[in-house]
Amino acid sequence: MWIRNISIAIIAVFFAACSGSDDSGMGPGGSADDFDRQAMLAHMADNIIIPVYADLDAKLDGLVAAKNAFVSQPDQTNLLALRTAWLEAYKTWQYAEMFNIGKAEEIDYNFQMNVYPTSVTDVENNIAAGSYDLSHVNNNDAVGFPALDYLLYGVGETDTDILAVYNGENGAAYLQYLSDVSDRMKALTSEVLTDWQSLYRDSFVKNTGTSATGSVSKITNDYIYYYEKGLRANKIGIPAGVFSAEPLPDRVEAYYNGEVSRELAMTALDAVKDFFNGVSYNSNPSTNGFADYLNYLNELNAGEDLNALINAQFNTAGDAISGLNPSFSQQIATDNTMMTQAYDELQKAVVLLKVDMVQAFNVSIDYVDADGD
Amino acid sequence: MNRFTDAAPLAVFRILFGVMMCFSIIRFWYNGWIEKLYLEPSFHFSYYGFEWVKPLGSWTYVLFAVCGLSAVGIALGYRYRISASVFFLSFTYIELMDKTTYLNHYYFISLVGFLMIFLPASAYYSLDTFRLKKSYRKVPCWTIDSIKLMLAIVYFYAGLAKLNSDWLLRAMPLKIWLPSKYDLPLVGGSFMQQEWFHFSMSWAGMLYDLAIPFLLLYRKTRLLAFGLVVFFHVFTRVLFPIGMFPFIMIVSTLIFFDAGFHHKILSFIDKLTDRFSGWIGRGASVTFYENLIPTGSKWIKVMLIGFFAFQLLIPFRYLFYPGELFWSEEGFRFSWRVMLMDKVGYTTYLIRNGETGKSFEVDNSDFLTPFQEKQMSFQPDFILEYAHYLGDHFSAQGHENVEVYARSYVALNGRLSQPFINDTVNLYREKESFKPKNWILPFNDEIKGL
Repeated sequence: MWIRNISIAIIAVFFAACSGSDDSGMGPGGSADDFDRQAMLAHMADNIIIPVYADLDAKLDGLVAAKNAFVSQPDQTNLLALRTAWLEAYKTWQYAEMFNIGKAEEIDYNFQMNVYPTSVTDVENNIAAGSYDLSHVNNNDAVGFPALDYLLYGVGETDTDILAVYNGENGAAYLQYLSDVSDRMKALTSEVLTDWQSLYRDSFVKNTGTSATGSVSKITNDYIYYYEKGLRANKIGIPAGVFSAEPLPDRVEAYYNGEVSRELAMTALDAVKDFFNGVSYNSNPSTNGFADYLNYLNELNAGEDLNALINAQFNTAGDAISGLNPSFSQQIATDNTMMTQAYDELQKAVVLLKVDMVQAFNVSIDYVDADGD
Repeated sequence: MNRFTDAAPLAVFRILFGVMMCFSIIRFWYNGWIEKLYLEPSFHFSYYGFEWVKPLGSWTYVLFAVCGLSAVGIALGYRYRISASVFFLSFTYIELMDKTTYLNHYYFISLVGFLMIFLPASAYYSLDTFRLKKSYRKVPCWTIDSIKLMLAIVYFYAGLAKLNSDWLLRAMPLKIWLPSKYDLPLVGGSFMQQEWFHFSMSWAGMLYDLAIPFLLLYRKTRLLAFGLVVFFHVFTRVLFPIGMFPFIMIVSTLIFFDAGFHHKILSFIDKLTDRFSGWIGRGASVTFYENLIPTGSKWIKVMLIGFFAFQLLIPFRYLFYPGELFWSEEGFRFSWRVMLMDKVGYTTYLIRNGETGKSFEVDNSDFLTPFQEKQMSFQPDFILEYAHYLGDHFSAQGHENVEVYARSYVALNGRLSQPFINDTVNLYREKESFKPKNWILPFNDEIKGL
């Protein structure tokens, strides 16, 4: 008789254990000394991510308006206005690229906004063909900010040459492509913003589970991935030749513009630092960033002050970058060691984020929920 | 050495082990881990001396199927020795394919699988008894005792490994792991965040591991011990992603119970399989004998003595290496150091032309899955093997005078990350061996204890 009881008990604990390990997304923690991860996620969503997307959406509205003016009258004044709108939006984009989560991840948003170097061949072929599927993965390097960079600065040597293209024989096709690329950037951004505002915000905030698919784990991974790849490697490392035999000065961000690669990189570093510290993008107070979470865990573990170390390293890296030429391709041509030094400083923060912060948060840095022991 | 005991506990162990293993294989397959862990990676980390063991492409599925079927064969006791041999070989082959997936509990299963080949576990209540028309009621005591000893070693050594200052005096790594379980109902926001709880769990875990073999051996404490086993393993299952292991251990410890208990389990199975009861097990045509003396038992006993001597000694091989075991991990695996430390690493590689001095950095994601990269980043033997892979790869691509350097940072049990590998050593020229790896930088702290 008690055999059956034992087996029933075993089966019961089996199910209890199985369901217990799942992502139950239980409510808020309870006692006062527990760090409220849900509040952290809500702060990230409401005061950083959604305001960033809203601002980007507004800036892209401006870009589309400037584009429309340029399309109706492709002259020098409208070109300059369009370039200004492009740069404004591009700087705001530096705050948005790290959030590859939710709708953005689902529709490969980042890959349609900022893959560089842009492929001049693909852009020109699309324009020549007159029909194209801008959402296609093969066109990822023919759309977004880098494609506009080429269209606004690179289709001719001088502004006169550039305007000649838009007013020339194929001008209509170029204007059409410029228009389609801009409209698509705006449409994609609106899609991501709307999803955050309507549905995703709540599921993001409520998903406080500890598994690899929980929001804390995902946003931490996205953040570190962006810092390592999008910022450290793409903006500095790859052009400086860290990953290749020779430097690749044409791989810098905004290559055709030729003057703003440092400004974009500095903006990106500010964005990364602000997100780490929980600095609100809107006017709300700044709390509850990774920094606060680290402080809480640090107190618990009597460990090193990671928050201070990471901020100090961000500042050192910022100093190294601000000492560079405004144009990274210029910097690479004149003194590439300064580029690689800036890279090394950025790299030191990767160690602190990817090793020390990940250990403190105890989040998994891979998405395989395989067994441990 | 020639005492005999009831065969039922061994039969029950065989059945439950087979069922658990079959279920584990199905679960592994169902979760898509065959593809993810064995088919998708372009490079696999091998155990020293087993570099020839690699995934078999699409045949890997067949390998898993064979392993699962042999587990069924074990459960049913059908051509038992062949089933057990096939299970041991296929399961061990799977584990040797890529050491990225090393888990102590897989090692445990390989060892038990090996033992099972030599134990007369199908002498009673098996299809073989029906096939051969004879069954034995008693088997030599040492056959069941050897499984008990194996289990006792796992627990006791896991307890010994916890006798160190990080575990007992800093409550590490539980102090890192438990607060991150904030989403557990009831305890997540409260106990899991409290220091006293981290210390209590560390000490309780250590005492549990050291004491449980003895509590299970003595009849008076056995039921209490089993209760503890169930509680402990369910608790760890809730806290950590440890898959089937807790259930395998819970079921395995049943072997410590009396034969009477196992007969009840068997009659319970009889009831479940009422329709087949004439067919499975105790069919009328089977003749029952008393004592089974396994063929070659003298040699088997000699072999078992060697096997257990090896098991008792091998976890102490780390004493031959200088430096901190947790840091260098020389002699860490195959020693029942279960969930003992938290280690995170970050390792990047520089490919340098020895002649021109020109160098470039490798993007690890070009070659490794995120899981492999994670495991590689803090384990020196992985770092060396991957360095050689990179050296070979870039040499084959036409790069000349290839030298490979690793820049590695590792954080252990909440300490601030430190440089891990000497980045002036060309790893492409270093050879894997059992000798100490002198290119591992010293650990700037001390962990006292075993």
